[in-house]
Amino acid sequence: MSGTTRNLILHLFVLAMLTALYFIVSEYHSGNLARIMVMAVYAMGYNLLFGYTGLLSLGHALFFASGMYGFGLAMEHLGASAAPAMLIGLISALIVSAVIGFLALRTSGVAFMIVTLMFAQAGYLTILLAGTYTRGDEGFVIKQADRVLGGIDLSQSDNRYFAALILFGICFLFIGWLVQTRFGKTLVAIRENPERARMLGYDIQRHKLLAIIISGTLSGVAGAAYALLFGYAGATFAMVEYSIYPLLWVLLGGAGTTIGPLIGTIFMTYLINITSEFTSAYMLVAGLILILLTLFAPHGLAGVLRKKLLPWLP
Amino acid sequence: MNLLSTTGLSKNYAGLQAVSDVNFDLPAGQVRALIGPNGAGKTTFVGMLSGRIESSQGTVLFDNTDITRLPAHKRMSMGMAYTFQITSVFSKLSVHENIALAARRVVKGGKSDVDTRVSEVLNKVNLTDRYDQIAGDLSYGHQRLLEIGMGLAQKPRLFILDEPTQGLAESEIDDFIALIAELSTGTTILLIEHNMDVVMRTAHYITVLNFGEILAEGTPDEIRANEAVQSAYLGKS
Repeated sequence: MSGTTRNLILHLFVLAMLTALYFIVSEYHSGNLARIMVMAVYAMGYNLLFGYTGLLSLGHALFFASGMYGFGLAMEHLGASAAPAMLIGLISALIVSAVIGFLALRTSGVAFMIVTLMFAQAGYLTILLAGTYTRGDEGFVIKQADRVLGGIDLSQSDNRYFAALILFGICFLFIGWLVQTRFGKTLVAIRENPERARMLGYDIQRHKLLAIIISGTLSGVAGAAYALLFGYAGATFAMVEYSIYPLLWVLLGGAGTTIGPLIGTIFMTYLINITSEFTSAYMLVAGLILILLTLFAPHGLAGVLRKKLLPWLP
Repeated sequence: MNLLSTTGLSKNYAGLQAVSDVNFDLPAGQVRALIGPNGAGKTTFVGMLSGRIESSQGTVLFDNTDITRLPAHKRMSMGMAYTFQITSVFSKLSVHENIALAARRVVKGGKSDVDTRVSEVLNKVNLTDRYDQIAGDLSYGHQRLLEIGMGLAQKPRLFILDEPTQGLAESEIDDFIALIAELSTGTTILLIEHNMDVVMRTAHYITVLNFGEILAEGTPDEIRANEAVQSAYLGKS
C-alpha cells in the first residue's frame, strides 16, 4: 500500500469514527464534540504554521477573530445571509493574515512571537474601541433565525454536529493532502533547516508567507464557523488566551502531525471538563498534567503514537 | 568562456578586510581549487558567490548575468549548488527525502521522476542501502556524502564545495575524488580544500588566497613550485 493511500485511509477512518460517535454518545458529549471539531480546525490551522513550518505565533486569536467578526459584522450590519457572511469571514482572515504575515516575517524567533502577540493585542483593542459596531466585551448574539445555511437550521444540535463534522472533514483532508505536496514538504524542510533549504534554492520568505496565509485563513474559517454554529461573537475570542489555546492543543496532540490537533483539542477540553467537576482549582490539575506530558511526551500524544507504533503517521 | 567572474569583490567586517578586491575568473568546465591558510577569506569569498554573505564592494557575474544583488535562492535556481563547510543536512528527515528536496528544485515531473533522480544520485554517492535511514543517524562521513548528493541532485552548472573531504576516511576520499572526476565532465566545480593530496589530484587550476587577497594562481605544478605560496603556508620568509 502506498503512503498516500494509507494516509487517506487513516484520515477517512478518523472521520468515520467521528460520524459513529454521534450515534453512540449522549447529547452532552456530541455538543462538546461539535465545539471540539470547530476548535480543531483552528488548531489545524495553527499546526500548519507551528508544527510544519516551525514558526511560533502568539497572535493567532487575531486571525480567529477576523473570521468571526468578518462573519458576524457582515450579518449584523450588512444583513448578509450565512453563506456570503462565511465568505466575508474567510476573506477577512485571509487579508489580515497576509498583511500581518508580510510585516511579522521581517522578524524571526522570539521577535516573531512578540510581534504577532502585539498585533493580536492591537486587534483585540480595536474590537473594544469599535464598540459601537462590535459591542466590545459584551459581544453580540447571532439570531437563531439567521443561523441557516442552505435551508438547514444550524442551531439544531444534530445539524450543528454534522456541519462541524463536514467543515472539520474538509479541512482535515485538505491538510492531509497539503502536507504531502511539494509545498508541504518544503515547509518541513524550512522547519528543519532553513539555511539548507535556502541554499537548495527555495524562497523561504515566500513559503513562510503562504504558510501564514493558509494558517490564518483556516483559523478565520474556524472563527466564522464558531459564530455560525454557536451563535455568538465576542471580544473574548480575540484575547491572548485564544492565541495560547491552539499552541497548547497542538503541543499536547502532537505538533507536525495531521491528527495531533484533534487529539490535543479533545484531550484538553475533557481534561478541563473532568477536573472542574471535582475541584475549582482545575487549572492547577490541568497545568500539572500539561507539565508531565511535556516532560514525558515532548512530541505530544500523536508524537508518541508515531514513535512507538506508527512511524508513517503523516 | 567564463561561467563565473568577480571584479573588485570585497568584504569588510566593521573595519576588518576579510576579502579585498578579488578579481577571479572561472571558465566553464574547470575544476578549480581555492586554497589558503586558515582565515584567508575562502569561505567569505564563496559566501559572496553563493549569496550567503552580502558583498561590500565589487560585482559577481554568473553566466554573464550580474548576480551581485540577487538573493541566494535565486542564484541557486540559476544553476548553482553549495555544500556547507559544517555538514548541513535535514537531520530529522530520511536520506531519501533529503535528496528529494534537492531534486524537486530541478525535476519538473511528478513523484516518480523525482524518485528516479533520487535513486540515481544515491547510487552515485553509495548510499542506496541507507535510503530509509534518518539522516541524523548516519555516520559523519555518510552525512558528508549525503550533502554532496544533495548538490548532485540539483544538476548544478556550478558546484561550490566548502571543504568536502573534511572528516572523511581515506577510502571515502578516494571515492570522492572519483566522483569529482566523473562530475567534472558536465559541471564546473569550485572546491575549497585543505587536503593537498585531493587538490593536486582533482584540480585543473588553483587559486591561493592569503589575507583576503589572491596570492597566486596557476596549475597544480606551478602552485607547488611557487615560493610565495610556500612561505604563506610554511611561514618561510
